[in-house]
Amino acid sequence: MPDGRTVEHITIEVLRYDPAGTEGPRTQSWTIPYTHETSVLEALQHIKDHLDGSLTFRWSCRMAICGSCGVMVNGVPHLGCRTFLRDFAPGPVRVEALAHFPIEKDLVVDAEDFVAKLASIKPYIVPKEERRLEEGPYVQPPEELERFESFSHCINCMLCYAACPQYGLDPKFLGPGLTALLHRYNSDSRDGAKDERMELVHSEEGVWSCTAVGYCSEVCPKQVDPANAVNQNKTASALDWFARFLPGRK
Amino acid sequence: MEVFEADIAIVGGGGAGLRAAIAAAEASPRLKIALVSKVYPMRSHTVAAEGGSAAVTLAEDSLEHHFHDTVAGGDWLCDQDAVQYFVEHCLEEMVQLEHWGCPWSRRPDGSVNVRAFGGMKIERTWFAADMTGFHMLHTLFQTSIKYPQIRRFDEHFVCDLLVADGRARGVLAVEVATGEFRMIRAGAVVIATGGAGRVFRQNTNGGIVTGDGMALAYRHGVPLRDMEFMQYHPTCMPGSGLLFTEACRGEGGLLVNKDGYRYLQDYGLGPPDPWPRKKAMELGPRDRLSQAFWHEQRKGRTIPTAGGDAVHLDLRHLGRTKLRERLPQICELAEEFMGIDPAVSPIPVRPAIHYTMGGIPTDVRTATSLPGLFAVGECASSGIHGANRLGSNSLAELCVFGRVAGEEAARFAAEAGGAENGVSLRWQAQDALREAVRPLERPAGGERLAHVRDAMAKSMEHGCGIYRIAAEMEETCRTLSELKARAAEVSLADRSPAWNTEWLTTLELGFQLDVAEAIVHSALARRESRGAHQRLDPGCTERDDARFLKHTLAWNVVGGAPRIGWGEVTITSSAPGTRAYGAAGEAADHERKAAAGNA
Repeated sequence: MPDGRTVEHITIEVLRYDPAGTEGPRTQSWTIPYTHETSVLEALQHIKDHLDGSLTFRWSCRMAICGSCGVMVNGVPHLGCRTFLRDFAPGPVRVEALAHFPIEKDLVVDAEDFVAKLASIKPYIVPKEERRLEEGPYVQPPEELERFESFSHCINCMLCYAACPQYGLDPKFLGPGLTALLHRYNSDSRDGAKDERMELVHSEEGVWSCTAVGYCSEVCPKQVDPANAVNQNKTASALDWFARFLPGRK
Repeated sequence: MEVFEADIAIVGGGGAGLRAAIAAAEASPRLKIALVSKVYPMRSHTVAAEGGSAAVTLAEDSLEHHFHDTVAGGDWLCDQDAVQYFVEHCLEEMVQLEHWGCPWSRRPDGSVNVRAFGGMKIERTWFAADMTGFHMLHTLFQTSIKYPQIRRFDEHFVCDLLVADGRARGVLAVEVATGEFRMIRAGAVVIATGGAGRVFRQNTNGGIVTGDGMALAYRHGVPLRDMEFMQYHPTCMPGSGLLFTEACRGEGGLLVNKDGYRYLQDYGLGPPDPWPRKKAMELGPRDRLSQAFWHEQRKGRTIPTAGGDAVHLDLRHLGRTKLRERLPQICELAEEFMGIDPAVSPIPVRPAIHYTMGGIPTDVRTATSLPGLFAVGECASSGIHGANRLGSNSLAELCVFGRVAGEEAARFAAEAGGAENGVSLRWQAQDALREAVRPLERPAGGERLAHVRDAMAKSMEHGCGIYRIAAEMEETCRTLSELKARAAEVSLADRSPAWNTEWLTTLELGFQLDVAEAIVHSALARRESRGAHQRLDPGCTERDDARFLKHTLAWNVVGGAPRIGWGEVTITSSAPGTRAYGAAGEAADHERKAAAGNA
């Protein structure tokens, strides 16, 4: 295996698609130099800068926090910036757009469905008790923070959607990442809108669509564990359902 | 061309743009706010800020302390009226974010915790582990969804500002996915496009940080101010430049050279107490720490790595539990990108370009010299950072002045009336469109974009490094002028309108070259050493208040080098004094207090 300075070569195969072109998707390959530290993103940048300026992909931060550069690498959803060619030596490495999303061009997928669903879950605090700025912050002991904190780490990279077989079958499914985000707000001691959000959870597109594969949590680059959020909401949703039959409940 | 009529157009969907949009929406439910961003807002570079955001919080702290830390930290080049407004409004903005759900780290009693940061006398940095910018950005973005008046134009690239009758009237944008142009007319425009760190080679910035908004204003006759003050962050990953937050040192991390020696004590930052002493050693300001690295490297006391010479950031003594709780992202970066477990081994680090202190000059109300144009965040020169920004002041700035920008733009749009003179604007938009598509029409066979971009970044590092000399800066001036000519001949492999990132990167390169020229010409004109601008030329190695207690102003000159002029620095209560840290800093503080007592 090469160290930081040793240069080796590897073949990158990219599934390309040009919406303006006459041909459908096609595979194009390049052999490029790499070192121990070269990421998949850097490989794509190398190709764009020096070999084919038309190769198209999203990227920005390079440090696995902006969530732009999700791609399939050898069939598995990854952040390009935090995935290293060394782990796929001797290659070839196949790079494709994230699965289950419409492709706009090359490695760029249409994210509008995700963004529209994000807006649908009320991803903001609806205060349980209004508080004026002069009154200072809400009191939230570490154990209350802990109830939702890990679910707030979602960087919206959509890798879990590319991993989710149910989302692949039924794009109406709210999906893992946004269920985790919904759960994040429902579990926040400052929030009072859980009932409204649970309507989404109960619905056909809510948690019951999930077939408990758990692949979403495996591919999550931030250990958000969306599968856990989905499961907790299945329990909550079932309890709510049974509670309807108890006297005194509406 | 599709036309969208807005009351306010905000360019940039990072922390500053989002905070401005929310403030404008809260100012009036009837306002139509266009929020235009070349990426989805949650991809904006605010996301990468790690350490925290400043606000005077503890009983033993005071606004005076925050003011003094900021003004002295900026080597007295700050506008003190802006600093005063800033320190007075940080706390309410941090509380506001808390009310909006930001998961601030807490003390056992449920109150918000604060940590120490470089150049700060008392702990006042609010933090959400070491993902503070990420949490602030997502909180602001998700909260902005509440307001139906905010119409987002996600993945829309702004090519030009539209100006009529001496007023900013809107922007011309292209939808990245389709290549379709949209004209957004507005009564007021807010630029919130972030910094320009990508004009340098080793930097902590995302690919999108290309100075777009600065160049847009500059091309319309607004000067850029104090551009020579580019911040080198002292602890970055060799090679990639990725950031290891100052919070590493705020939590107790040490910097040592190849001999395991805490070398900062040799550069006026000691004594090397066992941690912690505020405003000393590892908690000195960023400019001083980066400069100390440069000297260590010259002395041969750094550690060679594949990504260049480095020193060691040693976090081992913090222990795995604290590292996981307070610095989880740092652990992830070290492990995933470098194969280093910070609980077991020190992390090699070196300085890299991090922050653009200068920018579009604004007054305390975020107004620029062009009526109807406001600027906020890293693209602005609000006057609070002076010659060296203190860590955790910029996240707070996004909120404090983001809110002001939103409210002021709302007021301006209401008072000045909506967009008019539609015919003239449409012509302008058509001209701007023709200019923007020009790279698509060039013949094939010309130079590749990346060659020009890489040559620019290399030349900037050469001419505008941690220490600067006239001959090297002049060389960079010449190189940039040549590169501008070459950039105009770059030919594209991709000629399609949809998702043509090669084309948009070419437009960004044009912005970058303008900003790069403003940086190096400003640096050359400032014949002194202050904060992040340090020179080795004879006669320029010291701070020279008599000649240079002034803001640098760079004006765009079409077809030529920028014209450099000077602006007054607003000084209210703090006369320029000795800027010192460590034991020397404490002595200087005593002197300052004694002098104030006698006055």
